[in-house]
Amino acid sequence: MLKRAKALFLSLLSLVVSLPALGSAVVETSTRQLNMPQGVTEVSQAAYDIHMIMVWVCTVIGVGVFGFMFYVMYAHRKSRGAVAENFHENLVVELLWTIVPTIILIVMAFPATTALLKVYDTDNPDIEIKVTGYQWKWQYEYLGEGVKFMSELRTSDDEVYGREPKGEHYLREVTEPLVLPAGKKIRFLVTGNDVIHSWWVPDFGVKRDAVPGLFTAGWAKTDKPGTYVGECTELCGQGHAFMPVVVEVKEQAEYDAWLANKKAEAVEYASTIGKEWTAEELMTKGEGVYLQSCAGCHQADGNGIPGVFPAIKGSPIALGPQIGHIAVLIDGVPGSAMQSFADQLSEVNIAAVIHYQRNAWGNDVGDVTQPIDVLNYKQSK
Amino acid sequence: MAHGPATLADGWRAYISRWVFTTNHKDIGTLYLWFSFAMFLMGGAFAMVIRAELFQPGMQLIRPEFFNQMTTMHGLVMVFGAIMPAFVGLANWMIPLMIGAPDMALPRMNNLSFWILPFAFAILTSTLFMEGGGPNFGWTFYAPLSTTYAPESVNFFIFAIHIMGASSIMGSINIIATVMNMRAPGMTYMKMPLFVWTWVITAFLLVAVMPVLAGAVTMMLMDINFGTSFFDAAGGGDPVLFQHVFWFFGHPEVYIIILPAFGVVSQIIPTFSRKPLFGYSSMVYATAAIAFLSFVVWAHHMFTVGMPIAGELYFMYATMLIAVPTGVKVFNWITTMYKGSLTFETPMLFSIAFVILFTFGGFTGLMLSIAAADMQYHDTYFVVAHFHYVMVAGAVFSGTAAIYYWLPKWCGKMYNETMGQVQFWVAFIGFNIAFMPQHFLGLAGMPRRYADYGLQFADWNMVSSIGAFIYGGAQIMLLYNVIATIRNGKPTTEEKTWEGAEGLEWTVPSPAPYHTFEKPPEFK
Repeated sequence: MLKRAKALFLSLLSLVVSLPALGSAVVETSTRQLNMPQGVTEVSQAAYDIHMIMVWVCTVIGVGVFGFMFYVMYAHRKSRGAVAENFHENLVVELLWTIVPTIILIVMAFPATTALLKVYDTDNPDIEIKVTGYQWKWQYEYLGEGVKFMSELRTSDDEVYGREPKGEHYLREVTEPLVLPAGKKIRFLVTGNDVIHSWWVPDFGVKRDAVPGLFTAGWAKTDKPGTYVGECTELCGQGHAFMPVVVEVKEQAEYDAWLANKKAEAVEYASTIGKEWTAEELMTKGEGVYLQSCAGCHQADGNGIPGVFPAIKGSPIALGPQIGHIAVLIDGVPGSAMQSFADQLSEVNIAAVIHYQRNAWGNDVGDVTQPIDVLNYKQSK
Repeated sequence: MAHGPATLADGWRAYISRWVFTTNHKDIGTLYLWFSFAMFLMGGAFAMVIRAELFQPGMQLIRPEFFNQMTTMHGLVMVFGAIMPAFVGLANWMIPLMIGAPDMALPRMNNLSFWILPFAFAILTSTLFMEGGGPNFGWTFYAPLSTTYAPESVNFFIFAIHIMGASSIMGSINIIATVMNMRAPGMTYMKMPLFVWTWVITAFLLVAVMPVLAGAVTMMLMDINFGTSFFDAAGGGDPVLFQHVFWFFGHPEVYIIILPAFGVVSQIIPTFSRKPLFGYSSMVYATAAIAFLSFVVWAHHMFTVGMPIAGELYFMYATMLIAVPTGVKVFNWITTMYKGSLTFETPMLFSIAFVILFTFGGFTGLMLSIAAADMQYHDTYFVVAHFHYVMVAGAVFSGTAAIYYWLPKWCGKMYNETMGQVQFWVAFIGFNIAFMPQHFLGLAGMPRRYADYGLQFADWNMVSSIGAFIYGGAQIMLLYNVIATIRNGKPTTEEKTWEGAEGLEWTVPSPAPYHTFEKPPEFK
C-alpha cells in the first residue's frame, strides 16, 4: 500500500517536473523566472534587496522551526515507544520566543524603512509624465512638452481567441510605447479617468494606483536603454488583462529626436482639423476607431450587451440630432460607464466615429460629421 | 415527539418541520455544516472554471467578463458562504458541549441566523442568471467599479451582503451570550477550551466589523441609486475612502476566518500528542493581541494607493508586529508536540499540515508587510498564493481536521482511517501543486484577476491548474468519506473517541444525544 502510494507520488512528481517543457518552445522570455526581477532602477533594486533579506530571514527561521518540528514528529511518536510528559508551560521559554522575534523585527524595520524612503523620493525630477488609466488603455502626457498619446494593446482578438497563432509578444505589445530618456529622473503622476487602475513596471519597481480624482507619484531613473513591460494591476473590468504597459528607454539623442518628431506630428495634426473630410474617408477611419474604442462595450455589431451596455444600432442618440451625439462623446453620460472621450480621442477620430455610428448597421442618418463640428462644440463649452 | 427529533420514519412533513423550526444547537450546527459544505463545493466549482480558463494562455472557455464574475463569486462564496458558516456550525455543535451548557443561549435567534443564509446565497447566486451578469468587481468590490460601472445586479449583491452580515452578527451575539452565561460551574474563563476562547474573540470581532461592511455597501447603494457621491470623485467623494472602510472590515475579517481555525488546531494537537496544550494562557493572550492588532493594520492592503509616507511607515510597523503573537502560537503548538506521544490519525495530519503551511503563509505575510517590497508583490499572484496558504491550508485544513475529529461524536460512527489519510495526502499534494507555483508567477510579474496572460507565465499556470483539479478532487473524497461514515461507518459508542482527548464533549455518549447537559456537569 505504502509502496504504491510512493510510486504514485513519484510519477506525479515527474509529471510536474516535465510539464514546464511543454509550453516553452514558443517563448523567448524567461519562462523559468522564479524570483522578483532586480530591475534597472534604484527603487527596484531596493525592493529586490529587502525582498531577499526577508526571504533569507524567513528561510533561516523556517528551517529552524520546521527542522525541530520534524525531529519531534520523528523522535516522539508513540510507535517508537514515546511516553508523554506532562509539562505545559515555561515562563522563560515563552518570554524568549516573544522577545527574540520582536528584536528581529525591530532590526528588520531599519532596511525596510530605508527602502521605503527611496520609493518616496520623488522630488526634483528632470521630466514629468502624467499617466492616466482608461478602460482599457493608458494615456501618457509629457507635461510641458505638448505631447500626449494613447497606448493600447496591439495583440489582436484573433490571437486571444485562438483563431490565429499567438505571437511572440502576446499581450506584451502596444500601439505606442511610453518613450523615456536614459539617465534622467522621471516622475510619473498617475491618475485614473474612470475606474481604478494601477500602473506597474516591475523593472522600475514602480506600481502606483490610478485613482480617479487623485494623483499618486512614482519615479524612475535608469541608465539601461531597453524595452520594459508592465501590467495593469488593479481590477478594472473586462479588459483588465488587456492593457499592458510598454516602456522604451532610449539614449538621450534618440529620445530628443523622437520627441521632436512627436511635436511635429502634433502640429501637423492641428492642420487636419480644419480640413473637409469626405463621407468615405470618415466611414473608413470611423470603423477603425469604433472597433478600437467602442466595440469593447457596444459590440462590433452595435447591439451592445442588454442590461449593461446600450445598443447604438437604432438608438435615439445615433438617429437624433448630430449635436446631441457629439455631446455624448465629449461629455460622457454622468453616472454611467459612458465616459468622456474628449481627451482620449482626437477631434478627427471623434468625428469619424460619430459619422460611422450614424451611418453603419442600418443607421442611415446620412449626415456628415466634420472634425471642425467637434472642435466647435468643445470650444462652445 | 416532544423528546427527541423527528426522523424520516415520522413522515416527510414532520422531518422537514424539524429542520426548519429547530432550535436545537446540534441540529442548527448540522445545518450550518451541510450548508457551508454545499457552498464550498459551489465556490470550488467557480475556482475550477477559473483554473480551467487559465490552463493555457488565450481565452478558450469563457469570456473575460464572465471570468471576472467567477473570481468575484469564488471569493464571496468561499469567504461568506463556506468558511464563516462552517466555523459557526462547529461553534454551534461544540461550544455548548465544551462548556457544559444544554444549548445556545438564544435558540430561536440561532434558528433565524441560519435560515436567512440560504436566502442570501440564493439571491447572490441568482445574479449570475440576470441580464448583465453577476458581480464582476472582485470580492473586495472597489468603487467606482462596483458602483458607477457595476452591472445592475449589484443591488442584489448588496442586499445579500446585508443579510449575511445580519446572520453573522446574530450568530456572534449568541456565542457571546452563551459563553458568558452558560458555562458549567467551575469553568472559569481561563479554564475554557481554547476553541471556545478563540470563538469568543472572533465573535467580538464580528460584532465590531460587520456593521462597517454594512455601512460600506449601504453607501454604495446610495451612490448607485440615490445620487450621492460617497465614492465618486466627480461629486466630491473619494474612491480611496471606500478602500479604507472596506479594509477596516476586511482585515479583521481575515482573522475572523483564521482564529476559530487556531482554536480547532489547539484542541486536536494536544489530543494526538497525549499531552496538555503548552502555554494555554499565552495562547489566549496571543489571540487577543492578534484580534486587537487586526483593527489597526488595515491600510497595508493599500500600500500602492498613494498614502503619505508617515501612514505607510505606521501601517508597515504595525503589520510586522502581528508576527510576534502569531509566532507565539506556532511555537506553542510545536512545543505541545515536543515530548508527547504522537500518533498521526487524519485530524492530526491535517493539523500538522495546518501548522506548516499556515506558517509558510505567515512568512509570505511578513514579506508582504514590508511596504517597499509590497510595491512589487501587491495585486500579483504572490498575494493570491499567500492568502490561499492561510485561508485554504489554514482555515479549510483545520475545518477538515475538525470534521474528522468530531464526526464520531456527532454521528456515533467511525470514519475509515485509510480513506481519511488518502484524502489528506491528495489534498496536501494537490494544494501545494496548485498554490506553490503561484508564488513564482507573482514574483515573475503576473497580476491577479487576469483572465489571460503572456506566454512567459504559461508553464506555472498549467501546473497550478493541475494542482487545483487534484485539490478539487480531494473535496469530493471528503464528501464521500463523510457520507460513507454516516451510512456505513463502524458504530462507536465510546464516550472518548480518542485516547488523548480531554474536555466535557468527551464525557457525553457517542453519538451525542439530542439533549445534553440538562443538568450542569461537574467541572474540576
